[in-house]
Formats: sequence, structure tokens, C-alpha cells
Amino acid sequence: MINIPVTIRISLRALRANKMRSALTMLGIVIGVGAVIAMLAIGAGARERVSEEIDSMGSNLLIVFSGSTSSGGARMGAGSEPTITLLDAEAIKRECPAVLDVGPSHSGTAQVVFGNQNWSTIVIGTTPSLLDIREWQIIAGRPMTEQDDRSIAKVCVLGKTVVDNLFGGIDPVGKVVRIKKVPFTVIGVLGSKGQTMMGQDQDDIIYVPISTAQKKLFRPLFAGMIQFMMIKARSMEDLDDGQQQIEELLRQRHRIGQHQQDDFTVKNLTQMMQTAVNIARIMTLLLGAIASISLLVGGIGIMNIMLVSVTERTREIGIRIAVGAKTWDIRLQFIIEAVTLSIIGGGIGIILGQAGSIAVAKLAGLPVIISPLSIAVAFGFSAAVGVFFGFYPAYKASLLNPIDALRYE
Amino acid sequence: MKEILIEVSNLSRIYHVGDSDIAALNKVGLSISKGEFVSIMGPSGSGKSTFMNLIGCLDTPSSGTYMLEGIDVSCLVRDELAEIRNNKIGFVFQGFNLLSRTTALENVELPLLYSGMPARQRRERALDALRTVGLEDRIDHQPNQLSGGQQQRVTIARAIVNNAPIILADEPTGNLDTKTSAEIMDLFVRLNRDSGITVILVTHENDIAAYGRRLVRFRDGSIISDEATS
Ligand SMILES: Nc1ncnc2c1ncn2[C@@H]1O[C@H](COP(=O)(O)OP(=O)(O)O)[C@@H](O)[C@H]1O
Ligand SMILES: [Mg+2]
Repeated sequence: MINIPVTIRISLRALRANKMRSALTMLGIVIGVGAVIAMLAIGAGARERVSEEIDSMGSNLLIVFSGSTSSGGARMGAGSEPTITLLDAEAIKRECPAVLDVGPSHSGTAQVVFGNQNWSTIVIGTTPSLLDIREWQIIAGRPMTEQDDRSIAKVCVLGKTVVDNLFGGIDPVGKVVRIKKVPFTVIGVLGSKGQTMMGQDQDDIIYVPISTAQKKLFRPLFAGMIQFMMIKARSMEDLDDGQQQIEELLRQRHRIGQHQQDDFTVKNLTQMMQTAVNIARIMTLLLGAIASISLLVGGIGIMNIMLVSVTERTREIGIRIAVGAKTWDIRLQFIIEAVTLSIIGGGIGIILGQAGSIAVAKLAGLPVIISPLSIAVAFGFSAAVGVFFGFYPAYKASLLNPIDALRYE
Repeated sequence: MKEILIEVSNLSRIYHVGDSDIAALNKVGLSISKGEFVSIMGPSGSGKSTFMNLIGCLDTPSSGTYMLEGIDVSCLVRDELAEIRNNKIGFVFQGFNLLSRTTALENVELPLLYSGMPARQRRERALDALRTVGLEDRIDHQPNQLSGGQQQRVTIARAIVNNAPIILADEPTGNLDTKTSAEIMDLFVRLNRDSGITVILVTHENDIAAYGRRLVRFRDGSIISDEATS
């Protein structure tokens, strides 16, 4: 019968007898587990940021812009030659059953002035649909209306960054700002969406009616020209259908023949974001795998020390076997020693890994997420490392011949 | 006739060293009854320790049989032998063989750990055994804080703690001075007489062998004489 509590006591005593060695052996596991925890936390943080961005982008989105993305020949990049128009946007909304809403957009950068403050930002001319499509809330004032668009009203909705930079505490609603020297009345303020993955500030933006943008701010090359449109499909499942319907409709409208290249591009934004999520997930796995190697090295360190320990304590093992220790009594004693090293090392590694993650979060401004699951996994993993790398030395110890072992000097 | 405790016949132990075979023990036959005190003598290399290791179930014979309390021990496996060593045999070696950095009490408790006895009972039994060998005031001393004679007493306490019926002592006084040797031998005599423990003792010295009541002489792996003494 194996007496587990006693075996644990024996093992702990052996570890205490060699404090420095035990500590150094643990260090390998501390570093390994710490690295795994930190890498998983950073990876999870990156993934979370991507997901947040997907949410802030709005769901079920397609984007249509001028030009082809095909890389053949000397063809210009996407959007290089404006070809899509407001009429296209209306047609898509009218004729594509998978499409819920269309937000055409005509934009440019402009200097904005309020009082003695000025700020350079992106001004997007659009229909009221765009903010709905992007699921963007108005937190003060009112959104743009169809009426604003029809009447070419000089009204605007401001992003939070613009408000912060121009108004500094004053309520902007009802105030007049000058965009490219044209006075616009502020009718609303947008809620904050934060940064994109690339660190771009989504709140550094002004929305105006598209008719006003085209007539008063950025004169298009031809009437009704737009740069891009955002399209919301009816559902996730409608994204592919929607893309196909839009492509068919635009080819028809732009009179593009069978073998001709499209002069527009439809992209599935939601899918692109999903790809980003997948990349983040792969990154996490990769980082985790690299970190696991250091855990492996730590495990080999444990095995090394346990082998040394078995050799040094040959006589002790001989005595134990002589007075009646069975194979598994000896095995467990050494496995428990190894597991104790790896579990304590793992525990410290978890704490240090968390501290490291938080430090990274603070210093590099990266989001990190420490999931209880990753802690549980790291802990289980370090215990498994102890069992795995402790087994061989324990196995060796248990097979010692007691007569030889007792005579060992 | 008393109850037979140990019975070996044709017991051989061959060591293979390189290409040659060394018969450390060559077809030895011997039977020992309960309560005997047997001294074993013989020149160095005559197979005494080899014999003791076989009797003590630390080793298995190359051929021959060994019956212990009527059980054929020669065909048992490693863990079964461990169990026999644990509750039937107490070892006392020349070089004490105590766990270092471990108190006398814990050293004595060791066999009980492996027989799965509860802690409290273990402690009581170990204290009893230490009292029997006269070391009740040294229970917390570690081997390096004890004299040779005291260390050997701890070993004896460890040998008797599990109420084993047999004590095997291989040159137990080899490292001790005459006076201490006499004290240790008195202890063996007392255990043999008062507790009925069978003692089998290997020694070089005639006056140590004289404590026993039967003398077996070995030479070249065989028994050359076996006689009752005193
Ligand atoms: N492990 C071993 N390998 C090879 N030969 C051994 C081994 N142990 C003992 N012997 C040989 O067996 C013979 C008997 O040894 P041993 O029983 O120790 O003698 P004793 O105890 O009577 O001095 C010796 O010749 C010795 O060299
Ligand atoms: Mg010998």
C-alpha cells in the first residue's frame, strides 16, 4: 500500500535539503510557464482588439470602391479612377435583394475652425444610412436626415476627437464651425469608437450630407461621383449573395463585357476582419508554441536534476528498498519531487507571467487578456511536465538493485 | 524439535563477471528453527554476505530453493520480496545504513511507512523499539550526532520495529570497539532470549561468534561445519 501523504513529506524534505538546487531547477519552469502565460495573454488581447474593431465597424458589411484590385499588367490600384456613382448606390439599394442599406461616401481632408481653434481632419459626405450601417450612435444632438441631404444643408456631425480638439468642454451642438471656410452648424456628436488595429483614430472624423460635400467642399470630377460605398447585407448568410448581386448589377450598369475587367471592387469587410481574427489566433498559437519550448527546456532541467539526485541518493534508495519500499513507493517519491518542483515553479511562473503581461499592457499599450483557462492549462501543463520528466529518473531509481545500492559510496 | 523457520537446499548463487562464472555460493543446504541464534564465520570472500542477502530476500538464488515459514521464496517477484523484507526480516549491516539528515525516530519508523501504518501508531512502535535498545533520550538526533554504537542501536531498533521474526546481522560489530561490541551483542542476546527473535549473525571474531548457540562455517561458497556451541 502506498502512503501518499508520507511520500509527499519525504519528497518535500528532500527538496528542502537542497534549497538552492531546487530553486534553480524551478527557475526553468518559472520562465517557461511565465512565457506561456504572457504570450497567451498578449495573443488573446490582440484577438480581442480585432473583435472589438469588428464590432465597432458594424456587422455584415460589404464595401464597394472604384477600380479593380487585379494586379495584372500596369493597371492602377483600387479606387484610382473614379467610376462609381450615387446612382449606382441607389440602384444597388433598389435592386439587390440581399442588401439592406447602402451608404455612399465622398470624402476628403479639410481644415476645421471653431473660434480660435483649428483642426485638420477627414470630412465624409454621406447619406444618413452610413451611420446606421456602421451602427454608430449619436450621443448628443441629432443625426443627419434625408431632409438635410435634399436641402444641401450645411450641417455636420462631429467625432469625439474633433469635439475634444475644437471645443474643450463647451457643448458643440448648435455651434458653427468652418470647414474649408464654409460655415457648418453642428447638429450632433458621435459616440466614441476608439482606435483601429492599425492605431488609426476612428473618432477623428466629421460627417456632412453627401450633397453638401459634393457642392460645397470637394468638387467631384463628374456629377454624382463617389469614392466608395458601404453596404449592409440583410444577414451574415446574405453577404456572399449580396456581393454577387452587386457585382452583376454594376457590370450591367457599367456595360462591362464577358471578358472585360471590372472597373470596381466589392470586398467583404466582415470576412476581411474574420481573416484578421484568424491571423491573430494563429499568432497566439505560434507565440504559445515558442513559449512552450522554454517550458520543455525547463522540464529537461528537472529531469537532469532528478537524475543527479537519484545517483547521489543511491544509498538512501537502497536502504528504503531493503526495509520494504516497493517499486511504486520509490517511483512516486521521485515523481512527486519532480511534480512539486514543476508545480511550484508553475505557480510562480503564472504570477510572473501575469505581472509581465500587465507590464506589457502598460508599457506598450497592447491589450492583454489573462484568461482563467490559460492559467488552468499552464498549471496542468507544468504538473504534466513534472510527471513526464520525473518519470524516467523515478523509474531508474525504482529498478536499483538494493545490494549494489547499499554498497554505493 | 522446534518449528522450522528457514530451510534452504542446494542454494547456489553464480555471478557472471566478464566471461567467467563465480560461484559465490555453491549448493548450500541449511535449516534454521524459530528462536535460534546462529553465528556464521568464514574467511573473506567465502560467501557469507551472499548467503545473508539471499536469506534476507535482497537477492534471488541462481538455483536451489529457499523456504521461509513454509513459503517458497525463491520464486517470488520483486514487490513480493519487498513485502517479506518489510515484515519478516530486520537488517543490521556493518556500515549502519541509516538515512542521513533524518532523526533516529524517523529512521526507525521507515519500515512502518512502507507497511502503511497510521502515523500515531508508527510513532508509538518506533518509540517502543528505541526504548528497547536504550535510546529513548536520543530520538531526535540525526545519525551524524550519534556514536557508532548508538547508530547501530538505531539500526537494531529499525530491525525490530515491525516485529519481524528474523534479524540478519552482517558483521554488525565490524566498525565498533570491544566494549561497544559487547553491548551490542548483549542486546542481540536479549532480543533472542526475551522476544524469541531468530538472530543470524556474520562475524570474523571468535568471541563475538561465541554469543550464538550454533556456529556455521563457510569456505569457498560451501558450508564446511555446522555445530551447536555452549
Ligand atoms: N556483485 C558481485 N559481482 C561479482 N562477484 C561478487 C559479487 N558479490 C560478491 N561477489 C563474489 O562472491 C564471493 C563471495 O562474496 P561475499 O559473499 O561478499 O563474501 P564474504 O561476505 O564471505 O566476504 C566473492 O568471491 C566475491 O568476489
Ligand atoms: Mg561480507
